[in-house]
Amino acid sequence: MSQGFPLRPEQASTIARGVDHLYYFLTAIDLFFTALIFFTILAFVLRYRRRSEKQQATQIEGHIPLEIIWTAIPLGLVVIIFLWGTSLFIRNSRPPAAATEIFVVGKQWMWKLQHPEGVEEINELHVPVNQPIKLTMTSEDVIHDFSVPAFRVKKDVVPGMYTSLWFEATKTGTFHIFCDQYCGANHALMRGEVIVMEPTAYEQWLSGGRRGESMVQAGAKLYDQLSCITCHGTGKAPPLLGIYNKPVKLTNGSTVVADDAYLRESVLYPSAKIVAGYPPIMPTYKGQVTEEQLLQLIAYIRSLSPQEGKASK
Amino acid sequence: MALAAVDSETRRNYLNADYSIKSWLLTTDHKRIGLLYLASITLFFFVGGSAAVLMRLNLLEPNGALIEPAAYNKLFSMHGIIMVFFFMIPSIPAVLGNFLVPMMIGARDLAFPRLNLLSWYIFMLGGALAMYAVVSGGVDTGWTFYTPLSTTYLNTHVMSAALGVFVAGFSSILTGLNFVVTIHKMRAPGMTWFRMPLFLWAIYATSIIQILGTPVLAVTLTLVALERLFHVGVFDPAVGGDPILFQHLFWFYSHPAVYIMILPSMGVVSELVACFAKKRIFGYSFVAFSSLAIAVISFLVWGHHMFVSGQSIYAGIIFSALSFAVAIPSAIKVFNWTATLYKGSISYHAPMLYALGFIGLFTMGGLTGLFLATLAVDTHVHDTYFVVAHFHYIMVGGAVMGYMGGLHFWWPKIIGRLYPDGWARLAAAIIFFGFNLTFFPQYILGYLGMPRRYAVYPPEFQVLNVMSSAGASILAVGYLIPLVYLIWSMLRGPAAGPNPWGAKGLEWTTPSPPATENFESPPVVTEEAYAYGAQEVSVG
Repeated sequence: MSQGFPLRPEQASTIARGVDHLYYFLTAIDLFFTALIFFTILAFVLRYRRRSEKQQATQIEGHIPLEIIWTAIPLGLVVIIFLWGTSLFIRNSRPPAAATEIFVVGKQWMWKLQHPEGVEEINELHVPVNQPIKLTMTSEDVIHDFSVPAFRVKKDVVPGMYTSLWFEATKTGTFHIFCDQYCGANHALMRGEVIVMEPTAYEQWLSGGRRGESMVQAGAKLYDQLSCITCHGTGKAPPLLGIYNKPVKLTNGSTVVADDAYLRESVLYPSAKIVAGYPPIMPTYKGQVTEEQLLQLIAYIRSLSPQEGKASK
Repeated sequence: MALAAVDSETRRNYLNADYSIKSWLLTTDHKRIGLLYLASITLFFFVGGSAAVLMRLNLLEPNGALIEPAAYNKLFSMHGIIMVFFFMIPSIPAVLGNFLVPMMIGARDLAFPRLNLLSWYIFMLGGALAMYAVVSGGVDTGWTFYTPLSTTYLNTHVMSAALGVFVAGFSSILTGLNFVVTIHKMRAPGMTWFRMPLFLWAIYATSIIQILGTPVLAVTLTLVALERLFHVGVFDPAVGGDPILFQHLFWFYSHPAVYIMILPSMGVVSELVACFAKKRIFGYSFVAFSSLAIAVISFLVWGHHMFVSGQSIYAGIIFSALSFAVAIPSAIKVFNWTATLYKGSISYHAPMLYALGFIGLFTMGGLTGLFLATLAVDTHVHDTYFVVAHFHYIMVGGAVMGYMGGLHFWWPKIIGRLYPDGWARLAAAIIFFGFNLTFFPQYILGYLGMPRRYAVYPPEFQVLNVMSSAGASILAVGYLIPLVYLIWSMLRGPAAGPNPWGAKGLEWTTPSPPATENFESPPVVTEEAYAYGAQEVSVG
């Protein structure tokens, strides 16, 4: 990977360089103040060391201007660091609209990944270089954490909810995926690899691994198998056409946006939020669909709103 | 000197008043209870330390030199639980605080002496439960007990470990309560708030956190227990609960708990710097109020443990800003201690070396905290060795250095005997060097991406891990040396005399060791703390 004695991981994403610059700035501040304190103490303890028992200290109450100075300077510095770190964080948190979405399910102790084209992989994530990728992630059991140090990205993967992160790889190669949230016995073995490829090589890889159906197709099949259509297609339950990311009125008068989290909840806990004008007749599908199948169903429902095809939140 | 030696052999004091076991186990003397804590936490320290040594040995090789990952997980869980709840949190408050709070304010004992003894028994019960979890097969939750792992997925001794921490928490609450009441109600005539030694301000601020924060931990652990026993589902997403809620509750206590560990050390350092520079602390009121500011802000920063947990961006921004706020009072303290040295008359006995070590290592720990409060950088280093290095600089480099400094400073008062200063200085130097070699490489490891709590790791991280393990073995030697010479001092050390350091403060006006009733007659305070300019104190 890198020779010698590296002090930082490879910079392999569009995010990495910006994070490193801020890190260098912080390191410079850290070194400056550590040196300042160290050398000041050293100078004082040498200069004022007790040479005889009779040596008297000069008593000083304090010094208000000094107190103000050494309050104001750190305050000014942390304001700068805060503004810099926060603006960078906000930028790094917002995926570009064009990002390709890949789905991640963590379980003790492996990563299961699913490309929209339907290709599935375990502990390996193949992505094309120079293209934004958004990961939508959930866990089957405990809290995990998806981290790729070379990309400077990390996000907990939490059961019962979807979290996401995004990156755009800037160089081809193989980079570590670590689980960073302690998740039980084999936590340290819950590792994988991101394999960044040239777009053509990626397309080739993708077609080699395709097993017939995309996520949307798999979702449509499930929709059929689970007989969702008997209610959602007949007016007994809210129609799903064009519903994705649209506000929905509930019986209790409030409104929610039909995003991934809402759709997931409605499949697993249908009585949590009832759409206004419909009876609470939907049975729960908890235990009948896996996290992967849920993601396929959601992909299918999204595809029923063509203009929302790519949007996330 | 000779006179003092004869005196301490014959004079009645709190140690020779009664030698029976019963007189120790049923004592309500705050000084003896302090020693009971000293013995207990020393034991816990070496148990927790042994776990750390085994961990570092295992990490010598990428695939684990010693044990299976599952066993490694139990080691770091045991290390964390014991060190945090059974060593660090009780360390300075329960040992030095117990001994010193009444002596420093000129009181006969704490406000509630029997409650104080009860606190020790509660602490020991909690400790016994935690040790039961360890010897009966271990627990592998980490000290953080994150759900749903701890509630639904682990079959180890989670209940007894959590119960141990829960029980020990009550000891912490009661000790804090005792100190607050004592400091409010039992100060000697003339001992105004602003004449109090800064150690007491720090202990007071710490006590407030103990009283307000610990009940939240108790509630949280109760919910974990209910969830394990009855599957109530508060934290279980499978039945509509929220695992993130646990993190909010846990860190609402456990972040302030960091200040339970560090504030008392800051108090100790103020005493040591003043004494060995023979100076009043520079900016006394700034140092005093910064302790209170830290205590207050500490309750508002818990969300920085959750920047990558999936909490909203806006929560992250607010917690980031509040976390930076805590840097200011910390910086004020460091600058004031440094300024105190200016034009001092500085000597370098072992306690002063620990105090200077504290200032250096705490500065580094505090400054690296800025990295973690910075959202964009934390996103990369969260849950890596960078965090491990940071909090060890604060808790070991800071809090333990302060504890060791305080122990060496007041040891002659507590025991009435001296220890060999040369050995003590050597140990301080070894600890300082071993500490840096152990934990500095971990900052780099963390930025390179090595996650914490990994029993095995990719081979490119090996060099830094070997450095860290080498440092840990040096650090272990550094901690064993004081154990030897302090025990020697207890048995054979030369008599200390009432005030071997020429220090100011009411505790130094008594013989060493003090009489059971502390002061022959209630003292009257007529001067500020650290009145080193006033008149020369007669030296031992």
